[in-house]
Amino acid sequence: MRIYVNEKPVEAAEGAALLEVKEKIKPHADVVVYNGFITKEDFILKENDRLVLIKKGEIPSEDEMEAMLMSRHTPSVHERLKQCSVGIAGLGGLGSNVAMSLARIGIGKLVLVDFDVVEPSNLNRQQYFIRHLGMKKTDALEELIRECNPFVSIEKRAVFVDASNIMEVFSETDIIVEAFDNPVSKAVLTNTVLRSMKDKKIVAASGMAGHYTGNTIVTRKIRENFYLVGDGENEAGPGQGLMAPRVAIAANHQANTVLRIILGEE
Amino acid sequence: MLVNGKEMSFQREITVLELLVELKINPDKVVVEVDFEILDRAQYETRLLLSDSKVEVISFVGGG
Repeated sequence: MRIYVNEKPVEAAEGAALLEVKEKIKPHADVVVYNGFITKEDFILKENDRLVLIKKGEIPSEDEMEAMLMSRHTPSVHERLKQCSVGIAGLGGLGSNVAMSLARIGIGKLVLVDFDVVEPSNLNRQQYFIRHLGMKKTDALEELIRECNPFVSIEKRAVFVDASNIMEVFSETDIIVEAFDNPVSKAVLTNTVLRSMKDKKIVAASGMAGHYTGNTIVTRKIRENFYLVGDGENEAGPGQGLMAPRVAIAANHQANTVLRIILGEE
Repeated sequence: MLVNGKEMSFQREITVLELLVELKINPDKVVVEVDFEILDRAQYETRLLLSDSKVEVISFVGGG
């Protein structure tokens, strides 16, 4: 029967055991991922099973890299994610976190949209590092994504998004993540997608400032193609800043909603 | 009329914009749905609401 070891097809005897195959192919491997799940137990293998064998500390060769990075992705989930293109409108606290989560789970394509550069006041909640100060956010985020998953296709758009360019910038995406800071921009993007881009879905966010409980940040399905994440009320303002924990909670609600839309679990 | 699920009534017919002013909501930071149709910002001044209209107003606050 055929199984896959580090994503390469391998012939194995009917009823072969996982540890037996490991001993034969990579006996010194200390991490065994069996169909997306790390295991120390032995299993009887079935046709089309996927094994990834990793030696800690060893940098994989280029042709093994994709298999190892993908090893924790559930195969049926990964194939659907790989087909999908997601637009991220704004690469601040929300957008940079959404993009990194989607990259880590193996999204096919990201359209990264932001006109601005990284500056020091971003580092309290956004994914960037000191070495990125002064870089365009589109370039800095592309660099970070490449460092954790070089197999995501990336399109960068360093433009200010307004009513005049929304349809063009996001034309090739399936799902749009509204991740702006400015509430007027949030409304313009959401209204334009809902009125003029009816084949797309939008996942917007409103209300994630401060250090209130994280449990008030929720995802609501407002209508067929419109999801809204947040507590709905806590606006950023003097004395109530945006802080990494709640912003990342909201961002990952958005990323999880994108994942669930792709998997049809709405 | 029903506004975000709550019954509201007015002495006369009002526009979407007048409703938003009444609710102290900035018309540039919302999505407005009237009878399941998303309105364009330019329609807020002219679209009259009826006593049986179903209105949903979704407001955005800043931060991201």
